[in-house]
Amino acid sequence: MNSRTATFSVPARLLHWSMAIMVMSMLFIGIGMVATVSERHVWLVQLHKPLGIAILALVIVRLLVRWRHGTPALPADLPPWQRAAAHLSHWVLYALMLAMPLIGWTMLSAGGYPVTLYSGITLPDLVSPSATLYSALRFAHTWLALSLFAVILIHLTAALYHGLIRRDGVLASMTKGQKHP
Amino acid sequence: MTLKTPPPLNTIFRFTVIGLVIAILATAFAYVGGWLDPGRLTPDRMINTLEDNAGVHEGYRRNHAKGYCVVGRFESNGNAASLSRASVFEAGQQSPLIGRFAIPGGNPNANDGMPPIRSFALQFQLSNDEQWRTAMNAMPVFPVSTPQAFWELLKASRPDSKSGKPDAAKMSAFFADHPETKPFLAWAKTAQRSSSFVNVDYNSLDAFRFIDAAGTTHFVRWGLVPEAPFTAMTDAQKQDPDFLSKDLRERLEQGPQRWHLIVTVANPGDPTNDATLVWPEDRRQIDAGVVTIESAQAQADGPCRDINYDPLVLPDGIAGSDDPLLSARSAAYSESYNRRTREEAESATPSTQEPQS
Ligand code: HEM
Ligand code: HEM
Ligand code: HEM
Repeated sequence: MNSRTATFSVPARLLHWSMAIMVMSMLFIGIGMVATVSERHVWLVQLHKPLGIAILALVIVRLLVRWRHGTPALPADLPPWQRAAAHLSHWVLYALMLAMPLIGWTMLSAGGYPVTLYSGITLPDLVSPSATLYSALRFAHTWLALSLFAVILIHLTAALYHGLIRRDGVLASMTKGQKHP
Repeated sequence: MTLKTPPPLNTIFRFTVIGLVIAILATAFAYVGGWLDPGRLTPDRMINTLEDNAGVHEGYRRNHAKGYCVVGRFESNGNAASLSRASVFEAGQQSPLIGRFAIPGGNPNANDGMPPIRSFALQFQLSNDEQWRTAMNAMPVFPVSTPQAFWELLKASRPDSKSGKPDAAKMSAFFADHPETKPFLAWAKTAQRSSSFVNVDYNSLDAFRFIDAAGTTHFVRWGLVPEAPFTAMTDAQKQDPDFLSKDLRERLEQGPQRWHLIVTVANPGDPTNDATLVWPEDRRQIDAGVVTIESAQAQADGPCRDINYDPLVLPDGIAGSDDPLLSARSAAYSESYNRRTREEAESATPSTQEPQS
């Protein structure tokens, strides 16, 4: 897992950027769909469920790619707390990308809802109906989503700090796949 | 790659850019979430208004709060299979049902004789993991056609704290502003209250789409027509705030109760986005099969308690229409469900803190 490559591999970068767009979209779709009674509500919900399950599938692929290809080392002169924060935040992002769709799926099962991704495509129930479990998971789905958004803002701040202030090649390792100095 | 030459822009400017990017994203998120948009009609505000009118009754539905669970089955005769490919319509197909009879309003201790309307919600369990849920009212048309108008109607009908009755002036002002309520008002004027849940017609009111095996769409409304003949509420019943549940129990003791599921097919040009308008009498009607109800349970521990009869939980072969009420119902029922399941989870004895009729 700790094998070092010089930069992020092409699959790692493709996955990072496609998933960055998907996860950001999911946050906006989710927060938007529960805040309107207009017809946007229905079509956003219809988008939310399949896109969320796609993220679940992709994050598994992504963890395999990471395990296979490794990640580049951070610059040697990076302060230890920033290094620790980078590693911790990346694991939090992975954990939330995995947890959010699983909670969404389990929550709908617990609420007794069919988990319909598209007309005719219904996922199996993960748990049997329970209002108590539904309620706990529904709460978690909201608060973990808000935490995910907060961590992404910090992540983006850090990426821009690397790209615009430190200009140490960390951002380029994810954009252009260039090596650190 | 080596570190580049000194920055063309100063560091403060670069920090400002970073700050701006973050601020714009956070603001956009707050806007989409409705926090910066107090005028938007959100599910939250809709449910708050229902609570303003009826009070908060923990664990109960925010509308149609007083009701009873029933179970039974639907037996399809195959007549609707040419219109919809949903497996529930295959000839001879039996689908288990969990249903709920209720009266409108957010008060779980309301008097059964007061509202002119009864409601019937059904969940059809299909053979795969699919379900068909429908919540129907015993009336021919809905008073309003948009969620905004429904919200305004709720606000206009807020009971006065002293008299417990809505302000008549506000109500007539609302109806004057909303001519689409005329068909409903005309019906309400002459409608007789039924003596029972089991002897009235129920109606989906909103239009839906049936999609057949070839992928062709047919706009439909559906309803239930009872085998039991209609009789009006008696004076004796009027005295008993719970006469509907007693009647239901008595009737079910005598035997199962039956309805025919009648599907009405729109002609091209019939309004599909307006639940205040009936379709002309001569539209094709199909008897799709028989709904049989066998037994009833109190909602406090019955199988319907934790079901959200969201009208957009539909199997393949049935879909929503362009009726704007559908999306609003889906959003508002979910918020009501979130609140009542949270209250249920928080209380040790779910839904039983108030006297249960
Ligand atoms: C990366 C994945 C996901 C993210 C970031 C995400 C995010 C969100 C957000 C922000 C909300 C609004 C919460 C609120 O304001 O209360 C939400 C609601 C919801 N999510 Fe997700 N979600 C994800 C995956 C899923 C999946 C896979 C499903 C189901 C298959 C799902 C089902 C739902 C449902 C049904 C609601 C609304 C429930 C209601 O009406 O109360 N989500 N989601
Ligand atoms: C929107 C702008 C974004 C930018 C500019 C950005 C930039 C970057 C950069 C430069 C790295 C490499 C850090 C390193 O060398 O260790 C990285 C890694 C990472 N990013 Fe992003 N990112 C963005 C959005 C997101 C989003 C929305 C997510 C998903 C939740 C995400 C998840 C991750 C994860 C999990 C890693 C760690 C990769 C690994 O070590 O396996 N990023 N990002
Ligand atoms: C925008 C318009 C509407 C709003 C905001 C609204 C709101 C609600 C709410 C909050 C509930 C409680 C849901 C729950 O907690 O499970 C409910 C139940 C119900 N509504 Fe509506 N409603 C609307 C339109 C309609 C229409 C057009 C019909 C006509 C068919 C209808 C029929 C019912 C029925 C039958 C129930 C009871 C379902 C049950 O027994 O669980 N509603 N409504």
